[in-house]
Amino acid sequence: MLESEYQEQNRFFLNMGPQHPSTHGVLLIVLEMEGEYVLDPQPVLGFIHRMHEKMGESRPCQGFMPNTARMDYVCALPYNHGYVSLIERKAGIEVPKRAEYIRVITSELNRVASHLLWLGAYLLDLGAFTPILYGFDDREHILDILERITGSRLTYCYYRFGGVYKDVDDKFIEATRAFIKRMRKRYVIYEKLVTKNIIFIKRAENIGIVSPDMALRYGMTGPNLRGSGIAYDVRKNEPYSVYPEFDFEIPVGEQGDCLDRYMVRVQEIEQSLRIIEQALDRLPDGPVRSKVKKNIKLTPGDCNFAVEAARGELSYYLVGDGTSTPYRLKVRVPSYSNLSCLPELGRGILLPDLVSILGSFDLVIPEMDR
Amino acid sequence: MKQYFSELYTGGKSLVEGLGVTMKALFSPIVTVQYPREEIDITPNYRGHIDLILDTGKNTYLCISCGMCEKSCPSDCIKVKGKKMEGEKKKSLVLFDLDFTKCSLCGTCVEVCPKDALEYSQEYNLAAFTKEAFHFDILKRLEERRI
Repeated sequence: MLESEYQEQNRFFLNMGPQHPSTHGVLLIVLEMEGEYVLDPQPVLGFIHRMHEKMGESRPCQGFMPNTARMDYVCALPYNHGYVSLIERKAGIEVPKRAEYIRVITSELNRVASHLLWLGAYLLDLGAFTPILYGFDDREHILDILERITGSRLTYCYYRFGGVYKDVDDKFIEATRAFIKRMRKRYVIYEKLVTKNIIFIKRAENIGIVSPDMALRYGMTGPNLRGSGIAYDVRKNEPYSVYPEFDFEIPVGEQGDCLDRYMVRVQEIEQSLRIIEQALDRLPDGPVRSKVKKNIKLTPGDCNFAVEAARGELSYYLVGDGTSTPYRLKVRVPSYSNLSCLPELGRGILLPDLVSILGSFDLVIPEMDR
Repeated sequence: MKQYFSELYTGGKSLVEGLGVTMKALFSPIVTVQYPREEIDITPNYRGHIDLILDTGKNTYLCISCGMCEKSCPSDCIKVKGKKMEGEKKKSLVLFDLDFTKCSLCGTCVEVCPKDALEYSQEYNLAAFTKEAFHFDILKRLEERRI
């Protein structure tokens, strides 16, 4: 048998997904394989497309609020935040200081919850079942805290144009402080269980190296970009809300492998806790919602607003035409750009490494497809 | 050979450390709840589907069937109908339907109501086999609560 014939016989296509557990949703990756090696991974999207952008363009701008949380259900509050800030910028609505502080506190809590869920799910992809249980235990505390003030546990619709839906009380502040204290104690567990675990290190170190140049070419943002050593964070580089008032750092990785992306996220939890602590200390008194007209007219012209979601830069772009319904609403989501480097990154690697790379990207599929 | 044993050592060490964490968790208080048999109290701020508020003084609803909630709902899931009965000044409610399959619990209806006649219910044990089971007759639910 000729060598080329032999190669031909060993090549096959493998559908990873849309029901594969490690694609975290309905993402299909068509893999061209040779034995255990991946030759060409091609992501296929479109299984959960719900035309969110079109829905935004077909109803008054208030009506799109619940949709924002459905795009990224793991970290919904920054999505709320981006949209309300966009309309506020467009319509020139003032937001009370206390409301901005509450927005920052709740958004950061949600970010921590998202990172904890990711941590558990990533380790689950790698075959470790235990960490997700610890992650869920901690995340549950955040969900309870947020449930008390927002009224829902996952798909929040908490922010309103010109403020927030409900004021926080002393019990919320107390519970948040207690959570911060608890979470800092839990680092030890995660370090022993995951960060120092030799199996985890072998599965993550030097795997899926995204060079800074490559990350920029594909428009990666968030912890994935910071893992490659580029300190870009919308909260610092293009500050919004009251973020400039807080002292926090942007953790960056060194070489951009899966371990770096993991470390960046773990360090980000601590930075988020620092922001929450400072915000709780300085929480001003006053109203949480300013008076806003019921019918918000969107003036002709375009407007853009970007926030830092847990997965990277989320940007809303809106074109108004004088009515209360947006003429065009574009949502730029981080996961889509983060995934797009997969065909280049996944060429010639082992299949288990591809699973590790996919996990380390922290993909949320409904956010990409929206 | 030397590397083999050093890897065996580090691997064994991380295994023991991980098991240590597990042992500690084994003897710490249980956090899970055996759900159908035990239930956790939910917060009064929980936002379930909407309900009409019962005005205990008048023993009836506060709704004036203006239809603001119906108009402002982004998902078109509320149907309100009022009828002017003979000998009465105000319209009285004849239909208040909620299609919960479409509702996304945004709370716009509750906020937009001029009479504050709506509230969030505390119901979360919702599961059914048919779509129709989620078409709630809110008016009927109020009648049931009436004294």
